[in-house]
Amino acid sequence: MTDPTPVLRLEGIVKTFPGVRALDGVSFSVLPGEVHALMGENGAGKSTLMKVLGGIHTPDEGQIFIDEEPTQMTSPQHAKAKGVVFIHQELSLADELSVAENIFLGELPLKSFGLVDWAKLYADTNAILKTLNVGFDAKTRVGDLSIANQQMVEIGRALTVDPRAVIFDEPTASLTDAEKVVLFDVIADLKARGVGIIYISHRMEEIFKMTDRISVLRDGSYRGTLITAQTDEDEVTQLMIGRALDLSRNVSHHDMGPVALEARGLSCGDLFRDVSFSVRQGEVLGFYGLVGAGRTEIAETLFGLRDPSAGQILLNGEEVRISSPMEAIRLGISLVPEDRKGQGLVLGMNCRDNMTLPQIDDLRTGPLVSEGAEVAIFDQYRDKLDIRTPGWRQTVGNLSGGNQQKIVIGKWLSMRPEVLIVDEPTRGIDVGSKSEIHNLIRDLAAQGYAVIVISSEMPEVLHVSDRIVAMYSGRVMREFTSDEVTEDSLIQAISGIDGDKVA
Amino acid sequence: MTSQTRKDLFKQGAIWAFIAAELVFFSVAGEFLSVSDKAFMDFDNMLLLLKQSAPIGIIAVGMTVIMINGNIDLSVGATFALSAIVLLDSMTWPVFAGLGDWVIPVSWLLALLTGCVLGAINGLIVWKTGVDAFIVTLGSMLGYRGLVFMYNGEQPTSNLNWTLVDFAEAQVLSLHTATWFLLVVTLLIWLLMTKTVHGRNAYGIGNNREAAVNAGIRVGPHFLWNFILIGFLAALSAVVFYSESGSVNPNDGMLYELWAITAVVLGGTKLSGGYGSIISTLGGVIAIQLLRKGLGHIGADTETVNLVIGLILIAVLFLDRQLNRKGKEELKI
Repeated sequence: MTDPTPVLRLEGIVKTFPGVRALDGVSFSVLPGEVHALMGENGAGKSTLMKVLGGIHTPDEGQIFIDEEPTQMTSPQHAKAKGVVFIHQELSLADELSVAENIFLGELPLKSFGLVDWAKLYADTNAILKTLNVGFDAKTRVGDLSIANQQMVEIGRALTVDPRAVIFDEPTASLTDAEKVVLFDVIADLKARGVGIIYISHRMEEIFKMTDRISVLRDGSYRGTLITAQTDEDEVTQLMIGRALDLSRNVSHHDMGPVALEARGLSCGDLFRDVSFSVRQGEVLGFYGLVGAGRTEIAETLFGLRDPSAGQILLNGEEVRISSPMEAIRLGISLVPEDRKGQGLVLGMNCRDNMTLPQIDDLRTGPLVSEGAEVAIFDQYRDKLDIRTPGWRQTVGNLSGGNQQKIVIGKWLSMRPEVLIVDEPTRGIDVGSKSEIHNLIRDLAAQGYAVIVISSEMPEVLHVSDRIVAMYSGRVMREFTSDEVTEDSLIQAISGIDGDKVA
Repeated sequence: MTSQTRKDLFKQGAIWAFIAAELVFFSVAGEFLSVSDKAFMDFDNMLLLLKQSAPIGIIAVGMTVIMINGNIDLSVGATFALSAIVLLDSMTWPVFAGLGDWVIPVSWLLALLTGCVLGAINGLIVWKTGVDAFIVTLGSMLGYRGLVFMYNGEQPTSNLNWTLVDFAEAQVLSLHTATWFLLVVTLLIWLLMTKTVHGRNAYGIGNNREAAVNAGIRVGPHFLWNFILIGFLAALSAVVFYSESGSVNPNDGMLYELWAITAVVLGGTKLSGGYGSIISTLGGVIAIQLLRKGLGHIGADTETVNLVIGLILIAVLFLDRQLNRKGKEELKI
């Protein structure tokens, strides 16, 4: 293979945040007409790298080259002007505007007097849409389009400049199989035009179908580039996990009680189908899978936030209907939600009030809330969970992520639940507090709670779970006990590869 | 004491500092500009000021609860007028003819009930349809005002009951009846918001509705109770005011919703919900009334008063925003 000039080359990119070396000397290059996969676990540094590339973060060290010309990205607009465009996982479109207005948002063609040149706008847009080969036109309202077509609009936005490199971040996360085919055609088309493509995804099958080379990041550092045609899933997986990983499972085998919660054939529309599992008292059941695999939706169903379309939920052997969070709480099911700030905490309230929020009705003397009882509960769980705060008056919004999470956990523990569901227990929490939360979860199980942990981080799931349910696209792919699970088999199960293939 | 409580105290003290500044300013300016020779800080003048604060004040206290909840109620002015009509008119109904002065508590009850029902209608619509309270109460503001006009056309509804007037003009410990109502309502609602489950939930829902739902709080019924409360308070405000005046014009109570909101906002309650204080709202009400009286005292006319209050409101909120954003990332617009 002759070496053509790379369209994009990164050299020794270093980016540190307080306490974290997020990127540690990352170098790789993308050739024209190449689809280059970027892989790594959550937290491996992919998003930080993309933010450096998009001009959102300035690297501490290292250099970005576009067509071998050193370039400093100062903003997403600047990156786009240089021909580096992003197709984000989350769509950022104005639903009420037309396709054309969305594609040229912020850069509408103008006539004299600052009037919009609608004729040119629609003509330019239709020209772009034609290259994308889509079935809608420039005047369509974006809100009326399917998610897949909305993504096409995002891609259309990228094509208003002559792109040198296009970065796709988990582009298939919310697409059906048929819609993926259309997307892959567009990518092939871009490739044929000599554009360099960075393709970020966790899905092995797509990676092996679509890409030419695979670069792997782990813990912020570059672990090498493989040629797709000359490697296999196992090699990629090993590179992603690394052998240096601390594999101590920390699963202390204590006695477990009877089954506390069981789901039989639970379904909820298209979100998840025919999901069955059970968790015993004193057991930690891990749910592992990609974002969008349906794990959070299962938790929300168990907590009464969604109505199941089929299936049963059994609590201590008896079937229950959980119609609202209030009902779930009454039954002894608690949820520590994924989005701590959005769903778990009242950020403007103080620590004590947050912790007692679900149970103040039980802390009354006459019509008045007994503040003494509240403070007692707060003090008890502050000590128990080692929550570091100057006092209960502290507004929760001012605490660190780890301490905020402990407040949420304390909130539910003080209600003495039977089943505790923890969704992404350590999202956005620093490394030190992470292991504290992990130990806490193990302790809770040892005390006899039935705990369900949902996580996108494999080390976390391996570390805390007695059993692991691997989900892919709304279905349970496999269930592992902590003795039999391996990183390879787990990562393949959640990538939609049949578990039987793995030894 | 944590820095947190100090900051809260500072914020809640701000409105009282503003009131003090107003008092000083008008006393001094009054010396040079006043058309009357009475001092501004005259005791009777201040008592009167409190009395005049009562109608808007009672409504503003209810509005604080609604706004802490993250809602708003634009229909209070119309509720006020309709309750007043029920109050005055029901005293003349033939069914109650034999009651003598006992008709007064009956009419009061009917008026208060009217307020509760009108509030409940708002609350039920907000709960059951999920339509934003702003829109719902904008509609009911027009609707309730329509009912007011249907009742007696453009004619005022009048009925002066002298027993009632005596009651309304009475002064206990120097304070007028209306002032007592304002103070008692403020105290009770302050207790409600700071010491009870309902109050705690109100802050929780206003601050983060999703987290409140996840904590098992039933948001819909909670909203309903608060709308009934503000309906009741709007009616109570009417009862207090019209017991003395004895005559309702169909346009009475117009813009009351906006004055109430102004007082609440001036008192530091956030439009977005989750933060606010009943006591500070009382401060906001008094600050506005002081401004009206004070500007009158130094010879300004009504138009000027409105202009000044408008400017001060914007200035105060701008200042509040700057203070709050200090240290945080400044949001560029």
